[in-house]
Amino acid sequence: MTAPAHAPLLALDGVTKAFGGVHALSRVTCAVPQGQIVGIIGPNGAGKTTMFNVITGAFRVDTGTIVLDGRPIIHEPSHRIARAGISRTFQNIRLFGEMTVWEHLLVAQPHGESALRRLLPTRWADPAALRRAQEVLEFFGLEDVRDRVARSLPYGTQRKVEMARAITARPKLLLLDEPVAGMNHEEAEGIRALLLQLRDGGLSILLIEHDMAFVMNLCDFLYVLDFGVMIAQGRSDEVRANPKVLDAYLGRAA
Amino acid sequence: MSTYYAGLLADVGILLLGALSVYIILATGQLSLGNAAFMGIGAYLTSYLTVELGVPITAALVIAALASGAIGVVVGFPALRLKGIYLAMATLGFGEMVRSFFLNFSAMGGAGGFHGMKHISVGYIWTWAAGILLLIMLLEHSRVWLEMRAVHDDETAAGLVGLNTTVTKVTAFGAGAAVAAICGGLFAHHHVYIEPGNFGFERSVDFVLAVILGGSTVAPGAFVGSLLIVLLPEMLRSLADWRLAAFGALLIVVLLVRRQGILDRSLFRIMTLRGNPT
Repeated sequence: MTAPAHAPLLALDGVTKAFGGVHALSRVTCAVPQGQIVGIIGPNGAGKTTMFNVITGAFRVDTGTIVLDGRPIIHEPSHRIARAGISRTFQNIRLFGEMTVWEHLLVAQPHGESALRRLLPTRWADPAALRRAQEVLEFFGLEDVRDRVARSLPYGTQRKVEMARAITARPKLLLLDEPVAGMNHEEAEGIRALLLQLRDGGLSILLIEHDMAFVMNLCDFLYVLDFGVMIAQGRSDEVRANPKVLDAYLGRAA
Repeated sequence: MSTYYAGLLADVGILLLGALSVYIILATGQLSLGNAAFMGIGAYLTSYLTVELGVPITAALVIAALASGAIGVVVGFPALRLKGIYLAMATLGFGEMVRSFFLNFSAMGGAGGFHGMKHISVGYIWTWAAGILLLIMLLEHSRVWLEMRAVHDDETAAGLVGLNTTVTKVTAFGAGAAVAAICGGLFAHHHVYIEPGNFGFERSVDFVLAVILGGSTVAPGAFVGSLLIVLLPEMLRSLADWRLAAFGALLIVVLLVRRQGILDRSLFRIMTLRGNPT
């Protein structure tokens, strides 16, 4: 097994998670190095989303360890894991439906301010937070929908808002669950460019995606999950040529 | 001002505080049908403090709010494990529990009630009611309130952006209980007589109704709802015995036409944010 080089930002080691008798994840070991985009591919039901759920603390692992930046996180509640530097998006978008885009960007800011400041109106409270929210808003090109309620936005825009909310928290690691699902080619290309820019800014990204062209063009490293087992890993050209992968995933999907 | 109108105005102010106590808790997605219990705790505690210990009314209200808030936090913890209708039932049970406690609490009159409080003015009631309404309207622009709304809209996602949803929900329960206690203290010193029956299930329902009717997403909704619940039955007096039936019918009509209540955020945005894009 050759894991990617350097001390990884996130490392899963022998992670197992079963629901009843079904092993959603069996002894999964993988790593996300600093400043890289790592992809997880695999057929439906392979355990990809379960993996995100154990990383973010939604589920407890049965066995194995998960280490973020040298610190074990398996016993931490979700909000602590988030504050430790992991942000995520969801396959079925989960925004705060009645809140505006701008409010999403304010509420997801890192948790630094004093209790008093948090009780003051946001527009007086923290100029740094407002600047940060404005930066993220512009980065994702959401200025025009700043004051729209999330629920009322088109699907592709909602995906962007979800990513923007995740980025606002200044994570070390961003988990994306099918970031371009339901998007057309042009929109997906837009997202790809944004993600590359984020990576070049030092962010590490772990993503699940079914759009193979998107994954192959974007990821620095790939893991292939099938029935909860990591069956292959490598750069995209290596994975693409791996017969096990062709059999488990590409062959069936195509 | 005639005594009649002064009485109505006092009722609106007291109901407004009760409605706000529900509103704060509801802002985090928790429905409490037991806030009359916190009102009762506030009423009995302030009355005891002013009558038996000679504490000034304002100090008594503050002490009662703190005590009730602490009880609210304690009640808020088991409430974390319940959602929707189950939470509503549990809070209803809590309300009945507290009511029957006062029924058997002979040190303060039990079923016979408690009296001896000094009457307070309508102005005093409204100083508290308006003050707390304005305070909440200010808080609605804060980070803390955004966190409450995030928990209301999607608790899981709120946790995953780093919000401590437990603290948010329990604190909201405590704050709601504190406001309900002030409501109770003012009620006791307005009527100068209290009995356990004042703090029953119907009272809790009135609070919730005022919020739902007026609009549960903006604090002034509680004001509009309280105004309607107190004044409509009076305005329908010409219908004599039928007035409560007519009131019920009107309620249903309003909720059918505007499910979100009379006031809501988008109406507010249209009214207040022209030329002020925040």
